[in-house]
Amino acid sequence: MGAIGLTLSYGVLKFANFAHGDLMTLGMFLAFAVVVDAGLQGGAIGPLSFGWGMIPAAVVAMAGVTLTILSLDWLVFRPLRARGGGFITMAVASLGLGIGLRAIVQMIWGPAAFRYQSGINEATTIFWDLKVKPDQFFIFGLTLLLVVVVYLLLYRTKLGKAMRATADNPDLAEVAGIETDQIRRWTWVIAGCLIAIAGIMLGIQAQLRFSAGFHLILPMFAAVILGGIGNPWGALIGGMVIGISQEVSTEWIDTGLKPAVPFLILILMLLLRPRGLFGSTI
Amino acid sequence: MELLDIDLIVLVTFGGAVNWTVGFLTTVAIFGIVALGLNLQWGYTGVFNFGVVAFFMVGAYTSALLTLPHPDTVTVTASGDEVTGILDYAGGFGLPVPVGWLAGMGAAGALALIVGLPTLRLRHDFLAIATIGIAAILRSIANSIEGLVNRSSGLSGIPRFLDELASGEDYRWVLLGIALVMLLLVYLVLQRTTGSPWGRVLRAIRENENTAKAAGKNTVSFRMQSFVLGGMVMGLGGAIFAHRFGAIAPTSFSDLLGTFLVWAMLMVGGSGNNRGAILGALLVGFFWFGTPLIQEDLPDSLGNRVFMIRQLVIGLLIVVFVVARPQGILPERRRVSRFVTDAGSDGGRWPSLWSRSSHKA
Repeated sequence: MGAIGLTLSYGVLKFANFAHGDLMTLGMFLAFAVVVDAGLQGGAIGPLSFGWGMIPAAVVAMAGVTLTILSLDWLVFRPLRARGGGFITMAVASLGLGIGLRAIVQMIWGPAAFRYQSGINEATTIFWDLKVKPDQFFIFGLTLLLVVVVYLLLYRTKLGKAMRATADNPDLAEVAGIETDQIRRWTWVIAGCLIAIAGIMLGIQAQLRFSAGFHLILPMFAAVILGGIGNPWGALIGGMVIGISQEVSTEWIDTGLKPAVPFLILILMLLLRPRGLFGSTI
Repeated sequence: MELLDIDLIVLVTFGGAVNWTVGFLTTVAIFGIVALGLNLQWGYTGVFNFGVVAFFMVGAYTSALLTLPHPDTVTVTASGDEVTGILDYAGGFGLPVPVGWLAGMGAAGALALIVGLPTLRLRHDFLAIATIGIAAILRSIANSIEGLVNRSSGLSGIPRFLDELASGEDYRWVLLGIALVMLLLVYLVLQRTTGSPWGRVLRAIRENENTAKAAGKNTVSFRMQSFVLGGMVMGLGGAIFAHRFGAIAPTSFSDLLGTFLVWAMLMVGGSGNNRGAILGALLVGFFWFGTPLIQEDLPDSLGNRVFMIRQLVIGLLIVVFVVARPQGILPERRRVSRFVTDAGSDGGRWPSLWSRSSHKA
C-alpha cells in the first residue's frame, strides 16, 4: 500500500523520497489522535475492528500529510529544483526531513508504542490453514481499489497524461503547455493521500510507533523497484511478493532475520532485472 | 553508542571538565575518521551511503572478535563481581589489537564490495536505497544468530590498545592520543590520495560521469574503489571505537548516531573538503554531546525533550545546509593539481555537483 504512493512520487518526481516512511508515520498518528485522543470512535462497521470515526480521522490525516508535503516541497524542494539540483540533493534533503519528522512525531506522541483498542477481530478460515481477519480483507480490498484508481488516473485522465509527460521529459512537457509545477503539486497531493491511508492501515495492522514508517522504507523501495518504478500494478505485486516472502521465510530462518528478506530480493532483482518485473511504465 | 553518555559527567569541577573534554575529543576524533570516510564516498565521488553505521559496526565487531580471548577462557566480571554470564561468540583468537583494526577495515571493505557490486553500475540512487537497510539487517543478524556475537548482550572485555602505557584514569590520555594519531594518519592518507590523479578521476566522475567515461575512465570501477576505501575508513573508526569502550552491543550502533549524525557533520563542515569533515565532526559533535550537559538546567518541559530536539536539529541542519549552503562551512578548494596554483579559482565549490540533473541508468 505504501509502495503505491512511493512509486507515484518516485516515478513522476524522479527522486527517491527518503522521508516517505516518516510521512506515513505522521498520517498514522494523526488518525490515531482523531480516533482515540479526540474520542471519536463512532459505531462499529460490520466486523471491522475500527468504527465510523475512522472516516473523519482519515480525512484529517490525508489533509495533514498533504499539507506537510506541500509546504516541504515549497520550502525545500522548490529552491533545489530552481537551482537545477538533481535527485542527489533532493534525496539527501529528504533524508534530513525524515529525521526531523521522526523527532517531531516522537516529541508529540512520545517514544512508546500505541495500539488501537484491541477489539476482537475474529479471523475466519478461508481454506486450508489460511486465516484472514476482516481488517485484512478490508485493507487488501482497499489497496486493490486504490491501485485501480491510480491506474485510471494515470492512463484515463488528462491529469494523468500530464503527469506521465512531466515524468518523461519535464522540459518538453513545459513546452507543450503543461504547468509542470502544478502537476508536481498534484502528484504530491495524491501521493500524500495515499501515504496517509497507508499509514492508517499500518496503524490498524500493527502498533503505532514513531519509527514504524522508517523501518518500512527498505521493503517499500524494494517493492517499487521489483514492480518497476512508476508502475502502480507493479507496486502492488511487488509489495505482495515482498510481504509474502517475508512471512514465508520464517519457516526456514529465524524470525529476527526477517528484515533481511526484502534486501536480498532487492539485490537479486538489481542483479537480474533492474528495470523491475513489469518495467517502468511512467 | 549510548555508551558515550558515561563520559558526560556534570562539569562542576575543573577535573570533571578536563575529563569530559578528553573523552569528547576522543569521540570527535573517531567520528572525524568516519566523516572522512564518508567524505571520500560522497564528497569526492558523489557516491551515496546512507548506511554508514553498518560499516562502522562491521569494523567494530570484526576487530573485537579477533582480539578477544577464546570464549571458553573468558570469565566475565562486571565491576569486580564474579562471573555474571557466559560470553558466547565466534572467533576469539586473542590477536594483537592492530591486527584486529586491519581486519576490521578489511571486513568493512568487503561489505562495501558486496553492496556495491549489484548496485553501483545501476542508477545512482539504488545504492542509497540498498545501504539504508543494511544497518538494520546487520543489527538483526547480530541479535538473532546464536554463537556469533553474543546476541543482544553484546561483547565486553575487548582488550585495550597500549594499556601498558598508563593505568587507571590516565589511560584516557592514551586513548585520546591514539584517536588523534589515527585521525591524523587517515587525514594525511586521504589528502594524499584525493590530491592524486586517482582523486582527480573521482572528482571528474562526480562532476560529470559521462565526460569521465569519454576520457577513457572505467567509472564504475573508480566508484567502487572509492566506496570500498571509504567503507574501510569507516571500519577503522568502528574498530577504534570498540577498543576504546571495551564493550559493544547491537544497540550501540543506531542509525541516528552512526549514520545521520555523520551526514550532518559532513554537510555542515563541507563535503569535498577533508578539513571540513573534521571541523564538522567537532562542531556537530559539540552540539550533540554537549546538549545533555545543560539538560538539568533547562525547565522540565524542555529538558525532557532535549534528545528529540537535538535529533530535530540534526535533521534540520542537513536540510538547511543542502538548501542554503551546499558547500558547507569550509568549501572544497577548487584546484586541478597542487602544482597549478591558479586554476581560475574563486575558492568556491564547483557548482555543478549541485546542479547536476539525474542520470539515466
